[in-house]
This record gives sequence, structure tokens and C-alpha cells, in this order.
Amino acid sequence: MVLPRSLLAQGDHVLVCVIFLLFFQDTMSYIGPERTAVVRGFTHREAFNIVGRRVIQVAQAMSLTEDVLAAALADHLPEDKWSSDKRRPLKSSLGYEITFSLLNPDPKSHDVHWDIEGAVRRYVQPFLSALSAAGNFSVDSQILYYTVLGVNPRFDPASSSYYLAAHSLPHVINPVESRLGSSAASLYPVLNFLLYVPELAHSPLYIQDKDGAPVATNAFHSPRWGGIMVYNVDSKAYNASELPVRVEVDMVRVMEVFLAQLRLLFGIAQPQMPLKSLFSGPKSEGLTTWELDRLLWARSVENVATATTTLTSLAQLLGKISNIVIKDDVASEVYRAVAAVQKAAEELASGRLASAFIASQAAVTSSERAFFDPSLLHLLYFPDDQKFVISSL
Amino acid sequence: MVTAFSLSKGLTTLSGLLLLSFGSLAASQIEDQAEQFFRSGHTNNWAVLVCTSRFWFNYRHVANTLSVYRSVKRLGIPDSHIVLMLADDMACNPRNPKPATVFSHKNMELNVYGDDVEVDYRSYEVTVENFLRVLTGRIPPSTPRSKRLLSDDRSNILIYMTGHGGNGFLKFQDSEEITNIELADAFEQMWQKRRYNELLFIIDTCQGASMYERFYSPNIMALASSQVGEDSLSHQPDPAIGVHLMDRYTFYVLEFLEEINPASQTNMNDLFQVCPRSLCVSTPGHRTDLFQRDPKNVLITDFFGSVRKVEITTETISLQPDLEIMESRDKKDWMDEELMEPLKYAEQLPVAQIIHQVYLISENFHLNHCSTC
Repeated sequence: MVLPRSLLAQGDHVLVCVIFLLFFQDTMSYIGPERTAVVRGFTHREAFNIVGRRVIQVAQAMSLTEDVLAAALADHLPEDKWSSDKRRPLKSSLGYEITFSLLNPDPKSHDVHWDIEGAVRRYVQPFLSALSAAGNFSVDSQILYYTVLGVNPRFDPASSSYYLAAHSLPHVINPVESRLGSSAASLYPVLNFLLYVPELAHSPLYIQDKDGAPVATNAFHSPRWGGIMVYNVDSKAYNASELPVRVEVDMVRVMEVFLAQLRLLFGIAQPQMPLKSLFSGPKSEGLTTWELDRLLWARSVENVATATTTLTSLAQLLGKISNIVIKDDVASEVYRAVAAVQKAAEELASGRLASAFIASQAAVTSSERAFFDPSLLHLLYFPDDQKFVISSL
Repeated sequence: MVTAFSLSKGLTTLSGLLLLSFGSLAASQIEDQAEQFFRSGHTNNWAVLVCTSRFWFNYRHVANTLSVYRSVKRLGIPDSHIVLMLADDMACNPRNPKPATVFSHKNMELNVYGDDVEVDYRSYEVTVENFLRVLTGRIPPSTPRSKRLLSDDRSNILIYMTGHGGNGFLKFQDSEEITNIELADAFEQMWQKRRYNELLFIIDTCQGASMYERFYSPNIMALASSQVGEDSLSHQPDPAIGVHLMDRYTFYVLEFLEEINPASQTNMNDLFQVCPRSLCVSTPGHRTDLFQRDPKNVLITDFFGSVRKVEITTETISLQPDLEIMESRDKKDWMDEELMEPLKYAEQLPVAQIIHQVYLISENFHLNHCSTC
């Protein structure tokens, strides 16, 4: 079922829900990748009520809901430590730096090759260009030799393999981080994705979850930092020759995990699908249009909230410390920020997401520039508590 | 009678056991939730370590700061997340009998200068203005990344200051002072812009407690080496080097920290007990009223270490070219109950009859109302 494009006006973000008589076994609805969904109809006394509820469920799965907004405004709302989802997404920023690193601690045994440039071109770039509305992305990659994980894996005699228990995972990242060089990369937030090929002495290496079962993806991630995946060399490769063994990394498997982690780090969670529905997975880019819409909505709201609180606290600062002088350029940044906030709110109200997002980013940039202007340091002005008067008659 | 009694007793023990097992299940669930609740909400750690003195006879202040730097690095905070401000004129001072070293223990046991010290603000760059710029973030755009405090609302920050101080002020390099009001205002600026999640402030100077008296922003915990009116004393002179090597409070804090490893569960209450009056001569103080969590639930590694929150990745996305259909998990659908009767075609309207009826009515209408037809 393809809807003619002419039906949708340019720039409208409209969810089209088609009620259709489908004889598709037990399925009640189908959610597509491009803002369309199909809901099964039927004849029954309560047909309209039930179908109506079904449509509402589908719409909620695909569009902006309260919990998405709550996650976006998490730092402005009273603390709720229960949900880890709210802490995971990256803060909204103008751009992001994504670094892929291959860690080879044992080059004497493994001669690892990975076609990272091809994989980035084929899998990562489409995803990032789908997300390009949300910021500038730059990607780089590196190979690090003789870098070990900070934790010694344990040996499991039952499966004759090594494992990393779930509670030791938090200690893996820190010793590695100093080698990654992420601080030198750029001023934007950096996301690190590490592919670790374990040493021959510790192969194969599996990651165990809390219950002791090996994790299918053999990967874990850390909010606002990135992800690590352990790539085990196939034991058949060792039979043939002497060391070092040439290892060609299967980039498809690796990128499937990394892109899933990237989605999670951006806060694009798996959608809450209504029961008995088919969901056509994200297209080859890894992102459906309505997921991007939701992300842009959440980011715009977050940006507007941040800009507003920044301007408010700037005003409060000036109220408290009366002898600060506001230079003209700081004042113009403030005016610009206020205008941008108003524009963003208007555009959000009319549903024009792209321009709302751009306006909200401009609001944040201007308000941050005004707040963090170096001339506002109150030390430069004579604080009142250090003034005294000596008078004598 | 006896059998009935034993039966009822058996029943009560059985029910008791059941209740116990349910209770323990519920208790472990509640414990799990409570554990999550009391855990801090931070995702990264920063440290700002400031030594405010210069000149050879203030060797101990540099050794203090470098020892804290060493512990913090050992427990996991990377250099990119540490802002170290030192006058840095000890290791290569012409009066240093052991050049390129700074010792924290007599008999030269521990060289805290090490091989990988990264000083971010050195020598005359350690000024009150730079310190406040680092804290509030009002830095000129040309400042390199290593000199910035790039914390966010989920950062736990450790701030350690040492030097010469007095009642309500701290002396910077013998030429200027920072007052406790300025410090409190700087922390408020940080809070307004959400530059920290929780903040631990440790100060080792004379009359150190006066520096945290004026704090008013939430989520700050403060420790000081001495109360107002007391002097903090230095620990031990080394005859070979000729100066005092460390201050007492930091010396004992360091001994305490050497026992901590990244997986430790030691909490803040233990840190408050470090260096009692008998060892320190001064009375260490602390302030926790602005802090939301109970200190006994705050781990030392929440501030001194860098333990990451980690989640297992359970999902992948499919990169295969053909469309993959994902089915939602099979759960009982409450709508099923409404569809009890099997689906069938609705009762067809008797269309022919209706048309006939309509025709009759319209005929009637015409005959009755239409006079000109």
C-alpha cells in the first residue's frame, strides 16, 4: 500500500493511519518506516471503539508522548533516580564526534584488519545523514596496539572460555580511556566505540549479564560515553598456520551492534509497540522518519528549556550582583536568544519541526554565549563586601 | 487433640515459612530498588585540585595536592577530567636536593611527582581569577580543552584546596585572596548552570571550616582540616630535604585513600572519622546539611574514583537489505475478551424493502404536499 506523495503537503508531518480489512492471521496493526501505519478493521458490535483504541495505541507508539518529554526535560524536573533511560541520552549539542577504535592487545597472535572506511561509508554515513538534522557529525577511527582492558577475565571451565562478569564491566573503561585521545579530538562531545579482540591467552572471551548468561551481542555501553564490543576470533583460524593469524573483522556484525548502541545513546529507544502488531524495522539507514521526528521534538523542547533557564539565571545573577556591567554584545546575544526561543515555540506549535529545531539550537548558542561571556566574572568588579568607609568627624 | 494441635502447629510453621519466603522476596526487591535510589545519579567525575602557595618553604602544600592527584588518578579519573593548579616550583627548585621529585613521606618513600603529572595551570597562572573562571566556565574562547572544566549536570566534582588561609579567606600565592563569599557565589553560579550533580569540597588550611560556612547551593558536601580559630599543622619534617613534607590532615586522608580501590564500598562517614584530634591536633570539620543523600550512602569512589554506569547491549539492528518485519511479543491482549463471538458478515440490510418503503413515503409526500405537481 503506497500512498501517493501528492496527498501530503510539503513540510507536513502527518501520521497516516489507514484502516484496512486485512486477513493477516493474528496481527492487528502494522507500523511502517515512513510515518504510515495500517490498522486492521473488522465488523463487530464494538468495532469503532476497539479500532479507535488500536489507532490511539499505534499513534502513541509512533509519536511524541509524555515520557519522551519527561526524558528531554529530565534535568529541569525533580530528581527521579529510578529510570536509567532518562540518564542515558546525550545532551543536545551542536555537533558530535564519533570515534571507532580497534583494540588489539596481542599483535603477535592476531593480525587484525578491519575495513572501517568501507563500513562507515556503507552503514554509518546513511544513519548519520538521516540524523543530520540533529547536529553536525564527524567520524574518525584509530587502531590501538597493546592496550588491554583493565579487568582480568575469569576462566569458566564449563564452557572452557573466559568471561567478564557484569559487575566488573564498570572498571573496564577507565584504564582504556586515557589511551583513546578523545579529549584532543574536538570540543564537541565524543562518542567512543571500541572493538576489542581478546588476546590468544584469553580467547574466547564472553560478557556475562547479571544472571551469568553470556550476552548475545557480546557488547555493553555506557551512557554519554559510548560502547565496547568484544570480537572473538574464530577458533578454526588457529588450526592452519603459525602466529600471527590474519583476522578479517566481519564489519556487518560489528556495525549492527554499534549502530544499535548509537541509537540507544541518542535516546532513540525501541518503540513501545502495541500488542499484536508488526513493525517493519528501521530501514537500511537504521532510523525511521517518525523516530527522527520524535528526537527532534525532544531536542527542541530540551533546548528551549535550557535556553530559558540560562537566561533566567543570568537575570538572577544580575539582580544579586548589582555592579556588573553588561557589554553591548552580551546584550545583543540576550535579545537574540529571547527572539529565538519565541520563534522556536511558535514553530513547535505549528508543527514545523526542522525550523523549530534550528531556532532552538540558535537560542541555546546565544544564551550560552551570553551567560559564559568572560567579562561577566564578578571578580573584575569591586565586590560590595570588600568596601568599607572610614570617616571621622 | 494432640494430632490437631500438631497439625495446626505444622500449618502455622508452613504459613510462617511461606510468609518468610514472600517477605524475603519482597525485601530483596525493595532492597534492589532502594539500592538504586540511594546510588548517585552521576555519569562522570571531575576533580579540581588547587595548591595556592608558592616558594620552597611551602613544599608541603604541593606535596598535599600531588598526593590527592595521585590517588584520584589511581582510582580512575583520567587526566582529561582533572584540572590541576600548582605553582610547580618544587621539583626543579634549586634548593631541592633531589631534583625532579616531590616526596610525601620522610625517608623519601613515595615520589608523588611521578612520571605522568599533567599540570594544567602552573606558576603564575594560579590566580583567583583563573580559579573562578575554571569553576564558572567563563573562559576566553582560546583556552585549550585541558584547562577547562567541561562538567555537566551529571558530573560529580571533587574540589581540593590547600595553602595558607584565615578566617573567611584563602591566600593565593602571597599576593591575593579569595573570600568564602566569592567561593559560595561561584558554586551558586555552577549550580544555576547545572555544572555539577554533586560536589565534594575539601580544604586543608588554617581555619579551613570558615571557607565552607557560606555555601548555600544544594548538593555540596564539605570537609575541612580545622575549625575557625585553629591552625592546621604540618606533619613531619625531613632532615635531608629540610622542609615539612606534608600537612597532617592530608597525610591521614591519604593513608585512608591508599586502602580504597575502585570497587570499594567504603562510605563518607569513614572519611569524616579520619584524623581525629589526637593525631591531627586540630579538629577536622564537615558540613553535610546541603547534601541530599545520607553520607553513609555516599561511596568514596563517587567522588574520588570514576566508576561508570554500564548497561549490557541487548539489541541489534538489522543491516540486511531486505525488509525485516519485527513482531511484537505475544502477550495476552485484553481486547481478545471483547471479541468473543466469531467474526461474521453483518446482517445485510434488506435493501429492496427499504427502497420500496422510501418510494411509498415519497409518493405519499407528493400526494399530500405537492399541489402544483
